[in-house]
Amino acid sequence: MTDRYYDVVIIGSGAGGGTVAQAMIPLVQDGRRVLVLEQGPRLGVDEFTGRELDMAESLYEDGGGFLTADGTMTLAFGRVYGGSTVVYTGTSLIAPERVIRRWNVPGLDAGDLERRSRSFMRQNHVHYLAEDRLNDNNRLFRDGARAAGFRCEQFPLNLDGCVGSSLCNLGCPNAAKQGTHRVQLPNAERHGVEVVTRAEALRVEERAVIARVHAKAPGSKGAESEWAPGDYRIRAGIIVAAGGAIGSTSLLLRSGFGSGLPCLGEGFTCHPAFILVAEHSQDITNDVGHPKSFFVDRAEAEGYVLETCMYFPFTTAKNLTGAGADHSAMMRAFPRLQMILVLACDSAVKGNRITIDRTGRPVVHYRFTNDVVRSMVAATRAAARIFFAAGAVRVHAPTARPHIIERGEADRIDQRISERFFLPGTTTVSAAHLMGGCAMGRTLADSVTDGFGRVHDTPWLRVADSALFPDALEINPYLTIMSLADRVGEGVLSGAGELLDSPLVGHG
Amino acid sequence: MLAAHRSTFRAFAQTVVPEMTELDEAGWAGVERTVEHALAQRPPRVRRQVGLFLAILNNLPRLRYGRSFSALDAARRAAVIDALQHGPVLLLRRGVWGLRTLVLMGFYTLDETMTAIGYRAHVHGWGMHRPIQS
Repeated sequence: MTDRYYDVVIIGSGAGGGTVAQAMIPLVQDGRRVLVLEQGPRLGVDEFTGRELDMAESLYEDGGGFLTADGTMTLAFGRVYGGSTVVYTGTSLIAPERVIRRWNVPGLDAGDLERRSRSFMRQNHVHYLAEDRLNDNNRLFRDGARAAGFRCEQFPLNLDGCVGSSLCNLGCPNAAKQGTHRVQLPNAERHGVEVVTRAEALRVEERAVIARVHAKAPGSKGAESEWAPGDYRIRAGIIVAAGGAIGSTSLLLRSGFGSGLPCLGEGFTCHPAFILVAEHSQDITNDVGHPKSFFVDRAEAEGYVLETCMYFPFTTAKNLTGAGADHSAMMRAFPRLQMILVLACDSAVKGNRITIDRTGRPVVHYRFTNDVVRSMVAATRAAARIFFAAGAVRVHAPTARPHIIERGEADRIDQRISERFFLPGTTTVSAAHLMGGCAMGRTLADSVTDGFGRVHDTPWLRVADSALFPDALEINPYLTIMSLADRVGEGVLSGAGELLDSPLVGHG
Repeated sequence: MLAAHRSTFRAFAQTVVPEMTELDEAGWAGVERTVEHALAQRPPRVRRQVGLFLAILNNLPRLRYGRSFSALDAARRAAVIDALQHGPVLLLRRGVWGLRTLVLMGFYTLDETMTAIGYRAHVHGWGMHRPIQS
């Protein structure tokens, strides 16, 4: 075991960790040492090939196939320099005021989050795509939604130099997406923050992180780690867990914090999602152009959000329910396919939580509540109406049986799409907005941290990612994570002098 | 891992994706290489579960049809899969879903398949976009 000494160690380099890293620049300029540990590799721009399996294996935990405990939902999260900001589509939304008010976290104010979010929007070059950069898949959604009577909004996107590869979820091959891997982390590194990749945080001890640096596997993507392979004990005045909802929560559980923090692991939410597909009579532009430009927000009224999306052949095939000739026919219609992503706005409920198995690996327990199923079905019906209003000739609905609804049946959508056809384990459901597990709140009885991510009764340990969310956010969480992480960073800068100045064990 | 269950795997795959009946040995090798690689990345427990499910799948139809899954005709294989994936037993539904996912991963990531279905995404996006010639 090799010993190392830092003032601040940040575990994770995604929206949370990357933001805290940047916030630590003044500390580094004051002569302090700041380290970021990232479990995944650091990829070169030319290593983003856009090939589905190739990239999924390199960028996602378990190649994108991390399953919940009962195997009925796939959870997608990044494991790479930049975390999940590398693999999402760049949508940049400000947290709804009603949601922050409902969270009821002392000291957490929606206005403050909005101010920070707008600052990151400027830094990340967030803007709306121009009309001539929209593909048919997006335009059909917008026009269909409006024709069907829905309010359709355009996504602000954090892009700079997008050429419309449509490959966002496989990591932008053109370095256009302004995730933390492109903006905050390079900025922090230029100012002296150190980043070590391929470094897995095994556990946290009293003001120390035990980490294992892995060698690069033969044939795998990415650079070698900045440190030699082996085990390290990294002592630090302050430790910031920013490995995402699952990563941070499981790290704290592995480290034995569960006994003193009864809420640790509780309150997991994820916006369960599935893909709806419709076929048009003619080819449309779908696999060229940015995939996600519009959304319909029915979160407050009906508990769901619809978004444009476009996925790759295997992901699309997996998400189409059923098998055989009908399934193949839909796949053969790929150039004519329009896609909509349905997201249910779930709530933190008892039993939906993160635990660890006996080897310390995270286990996510998730049950689809009746409310979630109702929302998914309502969303599917709405999406079907949008598809048909846009001119689709048939719609594939996972919660219809048979799954194909022909245009002639458009007036029977409510009958054809039903909750009774939602079958966990058969209907493909996935989620990428992973939230909760280390919720902010008031006391040990209702939370894991305070409103600044300080773990209760453990002043040297902070959490700075979506694990902090006390409940679902109802929108893409990226900007909110950054804003919360910025608050955590501010807390480290303003109130941590004593912690940073007190001697570390073995380093007087 | 697939070697021990090849006939069942291929029969299942051809039922899920009828075009796979047209694959030659090189095509199958490409599919199975992808599936084996994916399984190798998973914990040993998952590999054991896949092997166990393939064994169950092959033998279950003997109760109703007196024949193994791989010996059934296409219509009966489809009926078996449909019954399992819409049946009351979550473990069997998950088994079908998992195996189906592996088959689709193997087939829909083949270059020939992507070309055949008209998938055109390119890293240069709009700069390389060409409409499909009908």
